Amino acid sequence: MTDILSPGLILILGSLVLPFLKGIWQRGFMLLLPVLGFWQTLMLAPGESGAIEIFGLTLITIRVDALSLVFAYIFHIAALISAIYAWHVRDTVQHVAGMAYAGAAIGAVFAGDLITLFVYWELTALTSVFLIWARREESAYRAGLRYLLVQVGSGVILLAGIVIHQQQSGSIAFTKIGLDGLGPTLIFLAFGIKCAFPLLHNWLQDAYPEATVTGTVFLSAFTTKLAVYALARGFPGTEMLIWIGATMTAFPIFYAVIENDLRRVLAYSLNNQLGFMVVGIGIGTELSLNGTAAHAFSHILYKALLFMSMGAVLFRTGTIKGSELGGLYKSMPWTTGFCIVGAASISAFPLFSGFISKSMIITAAAGGGHWFTWGVLLFASAGVFHHSGIKIPYFAFFAHDSGIRVKEAPFNMLLAMGLTAFLCIAIGVYPAPLYAILPFPVDFVPYTVTHVITQLQLLMYSALAFAVLMRFGIYPPELRSVNLDSDWIYRRFLPRIVGAIRNGLAALQQGAETVAERWLRRLLAVVFHYHGPSGLLARTWPIGGAALCVLAMLGGFLLTYFL
Amino acid sequence: MDDPKKRYWLDEPNNVSKIYWTVCAVCAALFVADAFYHKHIHFGAEGWFGFYGIYGFVACVGLVLVAKLLRIILIRPEDYYDD
Repeated sequence: MTDILSPGLILILGSLVLPFLKGIWQRGFMLLLPVLGFWQTLMLAPGESGAIEIFGLTLITIRVDALSLVFAYIFHIAALISAIYAWHVRDTVQHVAGMAYAGAAIGAVFAGDLITLFVYWELTALTSVFLIWARREESAYRAGLRYLLVQVGSGVILLAGIVIHQQQSGSIAFTKIGLDGLGPTLIFLAFGIKCAFPLLHNWLQDAYPEATVTGTVFLSAFTTKLAVYALARGFPGTEMLIWIGATMTAFPIFYAVIENDLRRVLAYSLNNQLGFMVVGIGIGTELSLNGTAAHAFSHILYKALLFMSMGAVLFRTGTIKGSELGGLYKSMPWTTGFCIVGAASISAFPLFSGFISKSMIITAAAGGGHWFTWGVLLFASAGVFHHSGIKIPYFAFFAHDSGIRVKEAPFNMLLAMGLTAFLCIAIGVYPAPLYAILPFPVDFVPYTVTHVITQLQLLMYSALAFAVLMRFGIYPPELRSVNLDSDWIYRRFLPRIVGAIRNGLAALQQGAETVAERWLRRLLAVVFHYHGPSGLLARTWPIGGAALCVLAMLGGFLLTYFL
Repeated sequence: MDDPKKRYWLDEPNNVSKIYWTVCAVCAALFVADAFYHKHIHFGAEGWFGFYGIYGFVACVGLVLVAKLLRIILIRPEDYYDD
């Protein structure tokens, strides 16, 4: 039994028990689920197991290797941290959705075949949308619908790709696929949507800031990193990914600079961090793939930490708009401190987690001679410190004092943030345990004099740029606004087109009806002329006339019959 | 919750200036640091004196200025999508 039970199923089945538990038992059980799943993960033997025969296909529900394990470990840790962070929430829907969602993501990284992957892939979409809807506001409901449409769409494209791929290659095994033919291209596209490739990205910035305070923390961990895992499994060394990834690192940061909703700023920087991982997959060397796995691991932690600190601000103040916040370090000192740890980690300061993982990818890019990509990654590294490392803590906790005075975040939130902050620093100071679980043997030393000095130069001069721009009033102020992004296409442009077509069709229909009505009126006039009260055919005829008619008819009949 | 009238260290403009000048001093020190170690490089430009600092500064100023220009095109009122 123990070797055929996917750890993901423990969380999914366990989440179904949650509605039958009350109060502290419910929340206690919720904390227990990731622990049980983690335990089961440790018990699994390397290799494939849990085979199921269905419609003549063999599904491998559990495939354990280094790549699936590193993602499974961090997914369990993220589920546990998110559950602690959500301890105060009295909403069974969110608890069930959160655990089932985490379970689906864990199930997916253990999937040994594409059909199993597809099932869990769709399940992540269906469960996670409730974390958005649970906000119970009109805007969240609509954003959730858009999110669901995109996510399920990704699943449908994935299924189409799998079917075509299966017919061409005869295999549904989820191994290296490579971009060759229509089936793999569709699978690649499906992964790309979930990974928020440029122009396919906007569901992320649209939906994540609309979710509940605790829901966003769950969301930030799983969906996109599942896609990174899937790309690393199916398409390592695909050169196109280098260009896609480099674009992803660079363009969202421009939006991050001018965005006012601080959780949306984090969603843009999440997109930018995914870019680093995608570049690592595209380069496809052992160092770069290790870098991708390591960066996904540390990224999930510091991104959750940043979303938790902004969630705490939203929870206490009721707003997350940079234009309305400021000076909160006075009332939320602990949250401020944890946020700064997250900011230092995402910025890859030496001794913080981002430093030991991102440097692997950048070194791999430089070592492979990709000088242009390397330059873009360096630009994005400076930029991420600028908008995530400085802007987030600065506008929420410092800047001008907004006069808002609130209580410090609840204890469970502080505990979750404290644990995550500890892990961020621990990984940065002592990366060996993380390096030990990466897919390939690690031959990389992050703390060299060159690495440390050059990284400090890059970051401190970014800070200097921020300070100078602020001091001279050049830095763009936070404004109450929205910025157009690719979601404009399906929120404004397409509805307008559809509206125009609908109006056009309506006009056409009206025209057609007018013409038809005119003809109908003419017809009725003719009928009226003959059949109306004074019409020829409506006159009363004498009975003899009728008899004469019948006689003529019968005569005609007889005549034709005998002829 | 604390007293809104309480003055903090950062509330003094002088102290904010101190932070500003500290950042400047650290940057100057890091610039000079390039003279004191052997830099392992992959590309020629990396070897230039103070390359990483200048690159970071120019990148960030460029980022902000371009974003500021983009905002002119992209900005919409907060209720833009609420019909």
